[in-house]
Amino acid sequence: MLQIMEGSHAVAEAVRLSRPEVVSAYPITPQTHIVERLAEMVADGDLDAEYICVESEFSALSSCLGAACAGSRVYSATTSQGLAFMAEVVFNVAGMRQPVVMTIANRALGAPLNIWNDHQDSLFLRDSGWMQMYAEDAQESMDLHFLAYKAAENYDVLLPAMVCFDGFILTHTYEPVDIPTQEEVDSFLPAFKPYQRLDAKDPISFGMYATPDYYQEFRYEIHAAMIKAKKVLREVGQEFSETFGRDYSELVEGYRLDDADVAIVAIGSICGTIKDAVDEMREAGRKVGLLKIRSFRPFPYEEVRTALSGVSKVAVLEKNISIGSRMLGAVGLEVKDAVGKQGADVYSYVGGLGGRDIRKRDIQKLADWAEQGRNDCFFGLREELL
Amino acid sequence: MALSVGCTSRPGKARDNKTGSWRVFKPEIDSDKCNKCGTCTMICPEVCIEESKEGYPEVDYDFCKECGMCAEECPKDAIEMKQEEK
Repeated sequence: MLQIMEGSHAVAEAVRLSRPEVVSAYPITPQTHIVERLAEMVADGDLDAEYICVESEFSALSSCLGAACAGSRVYSATTSQGLAFMAEVVFNVAGMRQPVVMTIANRALGAPLNIWNDHQDSLFLRDSGWMQMYAEDAQESMDLHFLAYKAAENYDVLLPAMVCFDGFILTHTYEPVDIPTQEEVDSFLPAFKPYQRLDAKDPISFGMYATPDYYQEFRYEIHAAMIKAKKVLREVGQEFSETFGRDYSELVEGYRLDDADVAIVAIGSICGTIKDAVDEMREAGRKVGLLKIRSFRPFPYEEVRTALSGVSKVAVLEKNISIGSRMLGAVGLEVKDAVGKQGADVYSYVGGLGGRDIRKRDIQKLADWAEQGRNDCFFGLREELL
Repeated sequence: MALSVGCTSRPGKARDNKTGSWRVFKPEIDSDKCNKCGTCTMICPEVCIEESKEGYPEVDYDFCKECGMCAEECPKDAIEMKQEEK
């Protein structure tokens, strides 16, 4: 059923349809509308779940972890400082191999305090062992939750997943969203069957102490599961496409890329603006295309390499900065690795930090810069302030 | 031993968890100098030194963590901390 709704409410609908048994979250801007709506759903009896009101994000994810170990499908949502506050538990959830799904309403990290969008918050936890998917619009924000639960709960994966969508740009914007029925979602995402769980009749402890003799092997196992997650994500994406008609069979999406000389690479909602900018540049006779990366962890190296095999210049638009890195951003580092030495020249451009507008003319400038071979650049920087 | 998913464990004895693996030095007992006084056996905080049938101390290296107290307290200097070969 097509409805015009706020992005946060689309996510709340996706969560309701996924039938979590425990929801635990602490409200923080711009994530608040998701958990407010879920609290209403639980209070109204529209969602049969335990809603745990907690005093902090650390407790929110900790209670989710405990409930997941007890065998429940669980959900949480956060952003920015809240995610940073959770960081210790974020690593524990992955280490204990619990398929927790958490929405990240992407927001800049302080200081200075800022509530607007960039990708610094989720990307700083890229090495935690969580899958990370980035949505372009409200529809994708909704759909990725179904994929996230299905992939996370696969016994070949058993890793938690972050569904990341841009704060305010997507959370607070109204768009038409196609909402599936409960029956459709149930057929795609059956009830959770835990791989193992806390049970007084068959006692087990999670996340035990591991000496140097064992710890490294446990980390390797998490890494191996993340590599397997690529195949699983493609499979569940293909199944989703067949069920719902929206294509998530690949972890990347090319837009007018087939004959492009210059490719712009990005994650998240900015891909929509880039598509418009690409159309304008195409009308002006420039061979420019977009490569949108939907999954940052696991990172689809082969698909990125294949998609960029025909281009000579790649401009990676980064809404994050890896302080001190020569490539400036986390996405550019991965893209450069995927393309390899013999491939296109990859340039990393940082902008849009802390909610700074990115306009079509900025994107055109990035294509110019890539053609000129300019590297390590900030765009939209107010140099008069420096 | 195969790893468990999620680093899980089941109830059992602590004795199954070998704790001596990160040791760098280990005590070695010179039975020519040892007078079987039993000081090292009594003082070992891990209770991993026991008397052999002949009355000499024997170290269970699965649990010795190289604290060195036995070597420090031995009245006959019969215990030497030697670098572990790995």
